[in-house]
Amino acid sequence: MFKKILIANRGEIALRIIRTCKEMNIKTVAVFSTADKTSMHVQQADESFCIGPPSSKDSYLKMDSILMAAEITKADAIHPGYGFLAENEIFARKCAEKNIKFIGPTPEQIHSMGDKITAKATMIKAKVPVIPGSEDLITDIVFGKKLAKEIGYPVILKATAGGGGKGMRIVWNEEEFQSNLENAQAEAGAAFGNAGMYLEKYIEEPRHIEVQVAGDQHGNAAHFSERDCSIQRRHQKLVEESPSPFVDDKLRKKLGEAATNAVKAINYEGVGTVEFLVDKHKNFYFMEMNTRIQVEHPVTEEVVGLDLIRLQIELAAGKKLEKSEYFPQACAIECRINAENPFDNFKPSPGKITNYQPSGGYGVRIDSHVYNGYIIPPFYDSMIAKLIVKASTRIEAIDRMKRALKEIKIDGIKTTIPFHLQLMDNKNFRDGNFTTKFLEDFELSEEE
Amino acid sequence: MDIAQIKKLIQLLNDNNLGELKIQEGDFKISIRHRDFAKTSGVASVVSAPAIAATSTPTASTETKKEEAVSGNFSTIKAPMIGTFYRSAGEGKEAFVKVGDKVKKGDVLCIIEAMKLFNEIQSEVSGKIVKVMVDNAQAVEYDQPLFLIEPN
Repeated sequence: MFKKILIANRGEIALRIIRTCKEMNIKTVAVFSTADKTSMHVQQADESFCIGPPSSKDSYLKMDSILMAAEITKADAIHPGYGFLAENEIFARKCAEKNIKFIGPTPEQIHSMGDKITAKATMIKAKVPVIPGSEDLITDIVFGKKLAKEIGYPVILKATAGGGGKGMRIVWNEEEFQSNLENAQAEAGAAFGNAGMYLEKYIEEPRHIEVQVAGDQHGNAAHFSERDCSIQRRHQKLVEESPSPFVDDKLRKKLGEAATNAVKAINYEGVGTVEFLVDKHKNFYFMEMNTRIQVEHPVTEEVVGLDLIRLQIELAAGKKLEKSEYFPQACAIECRINAENPFDNFKPSPGKITNYQPSGGYGVRIDSHVYNGYIIPPFYDSMIAKLIVKASTRIEAIDRMKRALKEIKIDGIKTTIPFHLQLMDNKNFRDGNFTTKFLEDFELSEEE
Repeated sequence: MDIAQIKKLIQLLNDNNLGELKIQEGDFKISIRHRDFAKTSGVASVVSAPAIAATSTPTASTETKKEEAVSGNFSTIKAPMIGTFYRSAGEGKEAFVKVGDKVKKGDVLCIIEAMKLFNEIQSEVSGKIVKVMVDNAQAVEYDQPLFLIEPN
């Protein structure tokens, strides 16, 4: 087992990793930018090193600084958390060269799932259902129209270099194909410097349902059932839950099987998540695989009763998976509390927390790095706390979340707590009746 | 030279009431100074435990860090990166600067090495080196104070 792990991250996930390391008697090293000097993960780690100024590119993304800190402290493993360098194959390779275990998959596995077209081809070979679409870029309008007709309208044109919703166009019929393709190409060229477009079936009333998976170094794979992450604003998840109110036992087994096949197809090592889009007919299609631990991992932890960070570290140390399937034994919901003003278009609200009173009690968990008097730096993402509740039924979980949200106090800054409270009272949400389009139609009531 | 030999040298210094003992053996240099040596130039007094200033690398010479009161307007030169701090350009080479040296803005003060890359750290001000705040071959973090300079 590792003796010392350097955590190449910050905020709540750095603290989360340190907590598990302490329980496993593993020494911890924190790296931090000058903006994070008073951060909780720095306080809790056994050793800490300042690696740069506030900007991420000069600190948390600076591979050499992080590797230098690992060298100085003689850390034998690095945990990259999520974001930053977590899915950076160059960093994973540099760790391997220095004989420091990167707690995650191999550089090749990161690469194979990082490229959308390669990932899709790998999934087709593994017999995982994928969204029907073009295998290559659309360069010929006649070919494009033919393919669209085969797939069946509506189709969506997507930029291969794309993200954040740019360079995307939904096409409802053949007449609109050409103009939409040309518009999307122009937008993609401007946004990403790459006008390459590919074509996919447009999934109507899609639900974002992902499956937590793991693979050990001996070829074994496991799945931990699904999480429903359909409540998203501009492709950013706000609320996650397990089990999904839309998934029945039969679909759960199928999703689990498909996700397990994906893991086995690349001999995946570590924990990861296979994301699917599920349509109203319960057909599911592979979207992408995230080769890291995810923000919403606590939701799965609560319903299957397992420490996923601990599992991650054990798998990296060569441990074998004990089971291949884990099904939810409870219901859990997570609300991401961001330092944003929901009444002002979710504008970021950094600053000092003048009064912090967490919630607590049966079935309430808070994963957060904030404390009374903490100053939220403006340089990083706005998530300040994850509020997770667990209960025997979904409705109980929703009501418990409501109770916890009312109790928690974070003064001095604006947070998205009022938004979450309104969501918990929303009839469609309570009925489990929502897709990824939900928030587009959701109207936030006036501030009280 | 190992720690047993160094202990013998300290004994030598004490037994003979010496103020300072400097030994050079090939590339190896060691300087052992009695705690009171700086104050009472040349006259050794009897004390129980002398201050040892031995270094880990054979070529670097030692220097007593004077405990004089530091006052006035000083500029602190801080580390612009994490790495290993070196006083000189390499083994057998002279330290770039010593306490008391006058430096100009842009003069190289030290090297910080990270991932086998050697970065020369330049002074941001012109003035006199008042204090060297880290030891040779010590690991330093970003923003760690390295030198105290009294600006002109």
